[in-house]
Amino acid sequence: MIKIWSMKKNEDAAAKKKPKTSAAQIRVQKDLTELDLPATMKTHFSDPADLLNFSLTITPDEGMYRGGAFVFSFAINANYPHEPPKVKCTQKIYHPNVDLEGNVCLNILREDWKPVLNLNSIMVGLQYLFLEPNADDPLNKEAAMEMSKNRDVFLQHVKQSMRGGSVKGIQYDSVIAR
Amino acid sequence: MSVQPHFNGSAVPHDWAGRYYHIDQILNAPGPRTDPAFLAGDEVKDFLRNQVKILVIGAGGLGCEILANLALTGFKDIHVIDMDTIDISNLNRQFLFRQKDVGKSKATIAAEFIMKRVPGVKVTPYHGKIQDKDDDYYMQFNIIICGLDSVEARRWINATLVNLVDPENPESLKPLIDGGFKGQARVILPTITSCYECSLDMLNKPTAFPICTIANTPRLPEHCIEWASVLEWPRIHGDKKLDTDDPEHITWLYKAAAARAHEFNIEGVNWSLTQGVVKNIIPAIASTNAIIAASCCNEAFKIATSSAAYLNNYFMLIGTDGVYSYTFEHEKRDDCPVCGGEALDLSISSNTTVEQLIEMLVEKQDIQIKKPSLSTPTKQIYLQAPPQLEEATRPNLSKKILELVPAGGEITVTASTLPFSLSLRINYT
Repeated sequence: MIKIWSMKKNEDAAAKKKPKTSAAQIRVQKDLTELDLPATMKTHFSDPADLLNFSLTITPDEGMYRGGAFVFSFAINANYPHEPPKVKCTQKIYHPNVDLEGNVCLNILREDWKPVLNLNSIMVGLQYLFLEPNADDPLNKEAAMEMSKNRDVFLQHVKQSMRGGSVKGIQYDSVIAR
Repeated sequence: MSVQPHFNGSAVPHDWAGRYYHIDQILNAPGPRTDPAFLAGDEVKDFLRNQVKILVIGAGGLGCEILANLALTGFKDIHVIDMDTIDISNLNRQFLFRQKDVGKSKATIAAEFIMKRVPGVKVTPYHGKIQDKDDDYYMQFNIIICGLDSVEARRWINATLVNLVDPENPESLKPLIDGGFKGQARVILPTITSCYECSLDMLNKPTAFPICTIANTPRLPEHCIEWASVLEWPRIHGDKKLDTDDPEHITWLYKAAAARAHEFNIEGVNWSLTQGVVKNIIPAIASTNAIIAASCCNEAFKIATSSAAYLNNYFMLIGTDGVYSYTFEHEKRDDCPVCGGEALDLSISSNTTVEQLIEMLVEKQDIQIKKPSLSTPTKQIYLQAPPQLEEATRPNLSKKILELVPAGGEITVTASTLPFSLSLRINYT
């Protein structure tokens, strides 16, 4: 018996312990309360008691997506920050790095995620996608091709789609900020 | 349940002469380097064989080896937890299982096998999740050994054992021995040595491919399988969750991935690779399992008997080119979310409001917290940000702490000025 034990059994059961806050939960509390978001980003919790599921609205104030309000859902599991949160765009939008199902191509959401990153880094990364869409990592191939081939037409498509119009037979959601 | 021991076909007393001849060489007399606290002889043998209760988490590749080793070393009260059932692909290395056992509980079959094979050993199985059990359950054991393949389960048991430690009760400190089939074994003395969470950033991250690659330019069979599970499954099935333990789901993914692989002229997609990719299965090697399990059981034996110094605290086996091993001391992290940070006992008046407590924390010279956010394990008390949550929790500021936290309850405090968090145990005067 290594010394950390006393030989005699202590007959008293240890005092009933209360449920402890999980490491993931504390880390999320820390991430959220230390968010440093510009005026263009806002979080929304449909249940303020549930910190693990919320949405983020990005309203870019410059670039070609200016005037839109883009809503992303965040779902964080108990293995955070070993695993990244699951982030999806809740609207159907015309963007080279977002597909029609709302999947987002952002490296730190998958292959480049590290536990030292936090929710703030993901949010800043998402906003960056609207300022500088990246045609080299396409999820919406049509949009990416248009963007690198003919920027003016692409810009028109972006405006059209943001108003809820259709582009090449696909109807997009209206995302104009109120 | 009584187990009738047999030896060469006839019933024998549990401990026949010479049963533990080799183990007793170690326990009968101190060696040149044994701890002075080691008491050679009957007392330690009685402790090992009649008093120690040990828990094995996982009855898979490592678990089978661990259970066999413990039973043969002389541990006689063994408990085992596993939520899995036996799959045909387990049989090459999980040697307590036979073809007739496929589909049955790993924990139950492993326990039955050991009890049949090693007379006098009691193995108590539990077929279910470790999270089903509470602190009282874990309190009953002297040592816990893990043979797990999941980071999440390890984090859970590690945090549970760290939180179990009660400074008033030495029995509450349960040594945790963690084996991993990638070739690591470590000893964790919760709150004393570095814990599993301390080294979380040492882990390899789960393999993930860029989503644009799997969507547009697949080159590997894995890209096709990820495409099927990450993009195609939610597109076709909507909100229906993918269950990686459901063979029908795997078959669906396999078919979708195979079709895509065909389209892109990629070879190598098959059913078992599909299962392996979506379940993140790491290939296990039987000999690595055996070495790591032996190392874990050796540590359990040394800790239970004090017959030799135990591992301090991390052992790695590198078997790729011959047999190379490396042992080092992983250091405790002050900002570890589980074992780091400070815990303060705070006695406050039962009239104290949340706002007053926050002021106390801000003014406390020795901690100097700026803008603290407070929560209990079940609810938020006051969060400084984001604005919506600040607003939602603001009404709590004027409430008495007593309304939100019972005596002896815990408050978790986070703030940008703290390395990670501060835990307060509240008592009322």
